[in-house]
Amino acid sequence: MSNLAWIFVSTLVVNNFTLVMFLGLCSFFGVTAKIGTAWRLGLANTFVLIITAFSAWVLNTFVLVRTPYLRTIAFIVVIASAVQIVEMAVKKYFPVLFRQLGIYLPLITTNCAILGLALFQTSRHYTLSEGLVFALGAGFGLTLALSLLASIRERMEVADVPVVARRMGLVLVAASCLSLAFMGFAGMGSQ
Amino acid sequence: MSTTVAPPRTAPVYEPPAPPATPAPDFIPGSPPPAPLWADTWRGISKENPVLVQMLGMCPTMAVTNVMANGIAMGLATTFVLVGSGLFVSLFRKYIAHEVRITSYILIIATFVTLADLLLAASFPEISKALGPFIPLIVANCLLLGRAEAFAAKVGPVRALADGLGMGLGFTLSLSAMSAIRELLGRGSLLGFDVMGPHWEPWVFMVLPPGGFFTLGLLLMTVAWVAELRRRRREAVA
Repeated sequence: MSNLAWIFVSTLVVNNFTLVMFLGLCSFFGVTAKIGTAWRLGLANTFVLIITAFSAWVLNTFVLVRTPYLRTIAFIVVIASAVQIVEMAVKKYFPVLFRQLGIYLPLITTNCAILGLALFQTSRHYTLSEGLVFALGAGFGLTLALSLLASIRERMEVADVPVVARRMGLVLVAASCLSLAFMGFAGMGSQ
Repeated sequence: MSTTVAPPRTAPVYEPPAPPATPAPDFIPGSPPPAPLWADTWRGISKENPVLVQMLGMCPTMAVTNVMANGIAMGLATTFVLVGSGLFVSLFRKYIAHEVRITSYILIIATFVTLADLLLAASFPEISKALGPFIPLIVANCLLLGRAEAFAAKVGPVRALADGLGMGLGFTLSLSAMSAIRELLGRGSLLGFDVMGPHWEPWVFMVLPPGGFFTLGLLLMTVAWVAELRRRRREAVA
């Protein structure tokens, strides 16, 4: 049980998917201009991550034991289908959210965090319950990172900064500071 | 009595209507003019650099550039996938239905990524181990899908190859620059060779994750600074 709790905390803060492992940076820089969209996308990602963790476990257990070289292709096809399902569900049940997320909903397919989760889950030989907790931690970690950067960026909008830093430069330095803060957790649990 | 001689009337010359301007047919493979080919390649390195200008493919850019050898290996692997998938997307562009194109591109890309993964594991096992899951993660690099959709699916295979090569080289160069800075400051070495001498105190920050964001931020600011200087010079001339 403590193992599960540790996996959750570890992926949430110590090895935060976005800020420490560098997964899902496209949406990290793409959708963090507004905090409202940022955390909603984070939650949509969490949902896809959980579906992916389950599908990856099914694939690993029943299909890929015989054909390990199909790993990448199988995962990406499953992820693309999962994203498609989520997109249809969101469109039907939450039309407002669907309009807010726009292009970034289908783009979850090429979010490295999703594929990364499936690959790490495989290389660490997680069981089903461990994989699901891993996905939950990763998703909440992603949501946390997105919301944090979005709040910083909303403040930076009104700040008077030099011309050269006005576009993405300053955002990256802010992300660096955030990442540095998360480095404070490094080494936790490795005693 | 004045007889005015009417000027001989010339029969209006029949001019066949100019053939309607046909939209340039899809590029014919095999006959690309050399200049645009160069432009196709050069664009990826300079004006449309994937990392420094378009900000595509961020994840590998940050994740593997703590050591220069890894950065270069990642760049070359991505170049291989870009060129291969560009060629095949372009070859099959007339047969792929519009509705399933994204899935088809992803499948083509995933095939080449699997190839690159297996090749690297067979020939450079230690680099393959260092890059770990980031080689299969090339599939999720937005740069590949972006180029397939925006360029390779619309031109002939030769131009697609040129573009893939250019984008790949631009990506490799940016990754090399980033990893050179990070390795030099973070370890005092370049490609594993000690450069800064024994008294260099390594900036551990640079090889840690925050250093990746920081280095890219500095590089982007440098690019913006150069652009700003150029703009000012142009205004001063005008």
